[in-house]
Amino acid sequence: MPSQVVTVASKVGLHARPASLLVKAASASGVAVTIGRPGAKAVNAASLLSVLSLGVKNGDAVEVNVADGENSAQVLADLVAIILTNHDE
Amino acid sequence: MSQYSGIGVSPGIAVGAVRKILGQKVTSEISGTLEEVLAGLKAVGAQLEASSEKIDLEVAKDILAAQAMMANDPSLAEVFENILTAGQRYSDVRPLIEEAFAGFKNTLSALGGYFAERVSDLDEISIRLLSHLAGVKITKLVLTEPSVIVAEDLTPSDTATLDLKFALALVCSKGGATSHTAIVARGLGIPAIVGATGVMDISDGTQVLVDGRSGSFILEPSQDQISNLRKREDALKSRSESVSGPGKLSDGTAIQLLGNAGTVEDVHSAMKVGAEGIGLFRTELLFLNSRIEPTISEQVELYSAVFEAAKGRKVVIRTLDAGSDKPVPYINAIHEENPALGVRGWRLTRTSNDVINRQLEAISIAQKSFDVWVMAPMINTPAEAEDFASRSASFGLKNCGVMIETPAAAIHADKVLAKVRFGSFGTNDLTQYVMASDRMDSRLSDMTSAWNPAVLRTIATATMFAKELNRPMGVCGEAAAHPHLAAVLVGIGVDSLSMAPSAIGEVRGFLATVDLKTCREAARLAQAAESAKEAQSLVVELLGE
Repeated sequence: MPSQVVTVASKVGLHARPASLLVKAASASGVAVTIGRPGAKAVNAASLLSVLSLGVKNGDAVEVNVADGENSAQVLADLVAIILTNHDE
Repeated sequence: MSQYSGIGVSPGIAVGAVRKILGQKVTSEISGTLEEVLAGLKAVGAQLEASSEKIDLEVAKDILAAQAMMANDPSLAEVFENILTAGQRYSDVRPLIEEAFAGFKNTLSALGGYFAERVSDLDEISIRLLSHLAGVKITKLVLTEPSVIVAEDLTPSDTATLDLKFALALVCSKGGATSHTAIVARGLGIPAIVGATGVMDISDGTQVLVDGRSGSFILEPSQDQISNLRKREDALKSRSESVSGPGKLSDGTAIQLLGNAGTVEDVHSAMKVGAEGIGLFRTELLFLNSRIEPTISEQVELYSAVFEAAKGRKVVIRTLDAGSDKPVPYINAIHEENPALGVRGWRLTRTSNDVINRQLEAISIAQKSFDVWVMAPMINTPAEAEDFASRSASFGLKNCGVMIETPAAAIHADKVLAKVRFGSFGTNDLTQYVMASDRMDSRLSDMTSAWNPAVLRTIATATMFAKELNRPMGVCGEAAAHPHLAAVLVGIGVDSLSMAPSAIGEVRGFLATVDLKTCREAARLAQAAESAKEAQSLVVELLGE
């Protein structure tokens, strides 16, 4: 199960556009994806409400887990890229 | 009931059909099953997606798209699956639906700031879901014909997303004289009534007569009622149209009349009615309409357009007054128990110092050779005034002044005003703080009037200090827009009055009928009264209707 810990680049954190983009990508991937603070309970990354409820701010670290599947590695890379991009600029 | 009354906050007469906004809460029991609830969420999601595609305004589009995603959220569906048993019919699903939303709402509220802002999205979805299950159509945002808008309250973000060109009048069941509805209505030049308890019970489509001066609201009015009110309104209006040019009293004493503005269009309206400049340009709208801080170049573009539109006349531009009733999610990110007493206005330098510095930089770039005055909101102490003055100077902004809108600043005005070049009373907040009464609470509307003698005495104290220091004092609160109160303020000794452009004509016409001696007598009577009501009636008796 591929996973990676990344730091949120957007100024607003995982909120507004950055959160929507992440949730859309996770829903479209067709694989189960979870996200959470490292070591804490993870939530469904395809749920905007769950992602918002994490209250992740700019500079916070999050761990993304992608369930095993054909494209798992690619899905993880795509999601990590979204989190590492500052969507506010 | 065929007649309702509230506080008239923007004069004018309107006749039209009621169109209710928001909060069409279904109060009856709503029967339903898990399957119907899940299908309802899908339908609400589709409604929201469709509205998001239809609307032109970018901010509204994003909000609606995010709401659609929430309605389609798999975790929300999961919560419903846990709460409701499949295949079972419930006689009333409302409490279960409220329970399902409560979990997410509590989590988001606890996070504060812009996360807590999303609670209103969940409320919107919950209202739409209940309406869908009850078979009631929800109407929001989209107006297709001229209507009298009736709502509980209109927040700044509502007014940013609402298409107001079809609004004949605004009527709110909540709110006081200085609520945003009042400010928006005056800006648009349409009648408005706030604090009209019970109006949410009126059905959509009912013909009504709105009198924004007296605050009365009549259902199915007769032709006689309409023509009588129109006649009285026209008589008062003609007075305002009989005088033009700079403001002055009947004895020739000059009183500068300025416009309040929040957009370039407002500045144009002010110039059109002959304002001698802009006495308050509010910079919040640019920040409220954006999901992140506007860049320096975006700000320079707006401020330059404002200075251009004022055609070289004086413009008093206020630094960001975010917080309290105008929270900007990405700036006021911490939940405050008591936001009116929290980090707002100039106090933002404690938490978002760079935002204020970038704004001053943008103003200094846009300044060029225009007559620009900068003003800081919520200045409380001489140290804060000094900080603002030295920052302004470092950006080459020479004409700097402060809002006097807290009792501390007014009582200490001899020291506060010594640090800067001018002052301006923000009577809305000053009243709220002197009277310790929330301006949004309609139950306290008698306390939130600037006619309260305690408020007028506070203004008189600070004005006396300003005279000793030779600092010009203005008023930029809603009080300046009320002709009788404007005369009282002139009698107290203020030099300029800044108001919604729609009020300038009436105030100019009224001031032309009184002399300085009479204004001083009005000021004395009002300050000696025991209540706002007594102060107002004594002054009306002295000066005439």
